Amino acid sequence: MNATTRRLPSGAPLPRLGRALADAWTITLRDLNHWALRPGTVIVGWLFPVMTVLMFGGLFGGAISVPGGGGYFEFLMPGMFTLTMLFGLETTMTAVTTDAARGVTDRFRSLPMSSSAVVLGRCAADMLNSVGGLAVMIGAGLLLGWSWHGGPGAALAAVGLLLLLRFALLWVGIFIGLAAGGPEAVTSVQILVWPVGFLSGVFVDPATMPAWLGAIAAWNPLSATAAAARELFGNPGHGGGSWIEQHAMLMAAGWPVLLVAVFLPLSARTFRRLKG
Amino acid sequence: MQEAESTITAEGVRKRYPGAPDGTGLNGFDLRVAAGSVCGLLGPNGAGKTTAVRILSTLLEMDAGRASVAGFDVRTQGRRVRERIGLVGQYAAVDEILTGRQNLVMFGRLNRLPVAAARRRADELLERFSLAGAAGRPVGGYSGGMRRRLDLAASLVVSPPVLFVDEPTTGLDPAARREVWTAVRELVDEGTTVLLTTQYLEEADRLADRVSMLKEGRVVAEGTPDGLKSALGGDWIEIVFAGPADAEAARPIAARVASGELRLDGPAHRIGVPVAERTRALVRVATALNEAGIEPEDITLRRPTLDEVFLHLTGGAAGTEAERPAARVNAATGPEDPAEETV
Ligand SMILES: Nc1ncnc2c1ncn2[C@@H]1O[C@H](COP(=O)(O)OP(=O)(O)OP(=O)(O)O)[C@@H](O)[C@H]1O
Ligand SMILES: [Mg+2]
Repeated sequence: MNATTRRLPSGAPLPRLGRALADAWTITLRDLNHWALRPGTVIVGWLFPVMTVLMFGGLFGGAISVPGGGGYFEFLMPGMFTLTMLFGLETTMTAVTTDAARGVTDRFRSLPMSSSAVVLGRCAADMLNSVGGLAVMIGAGLLLGWSWHGGPGAALAAVGLLLLLRFALLWVGIFIGLAAGGPEAVTSVQILVWPVGFLSGVFVDPATMPAWLGAIAAWNPLSATAAAARELFGNPGHGGGSWIEQHAMLMAAGWPVLLVAVFLPLSARTFRRLKG
Repeated sequence: MQEAESTITAEGVRKRYPGAPDGTGLNGFDLRVAAGSVCGLLGPNGAGKTTAVRILSTLLEMDAGRASVAGFDVRTQGRRVRERIGLVGQYAAVDEILTGRQNLVMFGRLNRLPVAAARRRADELLERFSLAGAAGRPVGGYSGGMRRRLDLAASLVVSPPVLFVDEPTTGLDPAARREVWTAVRELVDEGTTVLLTTQYLEEADRLADRVSMLKEGRVVAEGTPDGLKSALGGDWIEIVFAGPADAEAARPIAARVASGELRLDGPAHRIGVPVAERTRALVRVATALNEAGIEPEDITLRRPTLDEVFLHLTGGAAGTEAERPAARVNAATGPEDPAEETV
């Protein structure tokens, strides 16, 4: 084993940030390799929300009248984009718990790379995945007759807010994935995704719910993003009189920032926290 | 052993897992591993071997005590420690979806090898651990042994000054086991300090310069493999006879060369003769038996195996001192046992 190269001594030429970025890229590349080796997983992940749209659009399309007129698909699609971001939580959690269960996380932790590189790599890969998923959904929406009526700038702003929500949920996923430390946790989140999705403005106007339920739905971070996306895409929405509904645009940025502020440090701590 | 020479030290390390009963985890674990040596950490299931390795490799925080690796405090200088260690965990930690080669290239990159060097190193290691044929297949389809070999290869992408290996050869076939031993030995020749946990006493016997026996989170014995064996008791000659009559007749003859009390094992017509001077006693007893016209089926010069030391110290099946001859018989050591010299 004479050809072995020793690790660079500490204080290596590459500055710390550069090293962290290089390591993060290696981790991202690993996920891209996963996609290449198992394209099925990615494609099913992208098509699942499309299936959900067809199902709910078909089921409720006739029964639900949209506030302010317009077709149900026009109302539903921005909500479904939001839900797609929520589905991304599972992708993140599955990846994190699988690595933890297989000991890969421990191996990463025993390497002299910064913990931020590991999560940053995960983050980049998942964001890329979600950009793909969102593109597929927008394409499917256009095929189904949904369209945006604002300018391209507003549409891009909507996409930006959606991805911001995804970014925030990423940290929630990393935290739960690390803290729960078992595949069972993923299953419970897969189930919980549905009540969280339903208890929001994604499918219906919270005003049509009983008052207390409607209040919870209005304060659901998904509602803010869905409402803001509807506004920016120029799709029919559901005004609503409460403070939270009046400030959808603000909250669509505020909720994710709050989630990141809470869960990013928590994730970083859990990753480093040395538990059995 | 001087303080300065120790590459791995642990003093009074304690770790209790939340909710775990008393006596689990580590309870005042002490260790000192000299630079460039191999330390074998032995102990029954649940003794705390993995816990010790995880604490020393900065994966787990200790409750109390002190530990340093390569001169850096495990608790406060984790990053420095991680720059100097390699870790092979108890369970293979490789990416199941990636191919074997992709795994090694990835770990090479994370160990700061340039892309070309990482690829070259990956191919070298695949060749060396007989994985070249499977290099392009996803690891999910590997056998347990193949996965283990890949796992080891991933830890040897760069040769670290200190290597922790937690049961490296569990589940490997004899050829692969030898491969692993050779790899560890070569690292040691290059100056790497190795802490190795194992269930295979033979492995510790072969690889380790010193052995620490762990029981309930504490080191109960420490020394060279030979030292531990002689601490348990000296050598003895084991004679097996064709029948009870022969055994009975041989007893007074055997007693003449014995340095202690004879150990009799009736049903197997076996006599254990503790001896002080190994080969001379063997020649004497063989000659005396020959002159008396007794032809034994087998005469063996034996010394305690590490297995017996292990069972004795960790309170396994061996029981009390007086019962040990029976335990020896049960130890079922094969003819290839390194501690056995058949005449
Ligand atoms: N995460 C954990 N939570 C609670 N208890 C634990 C945990 N990990 C280990 N233990 C307990 O600590 C003790 C020591 O475990 P450890 O894994 O260090 O043993 P070991 O010597 O490596 O055993 P083995 O030979 O089976 O690998 C055991 O009693 C075990 O049950
Ligand atoms: Mg163990």
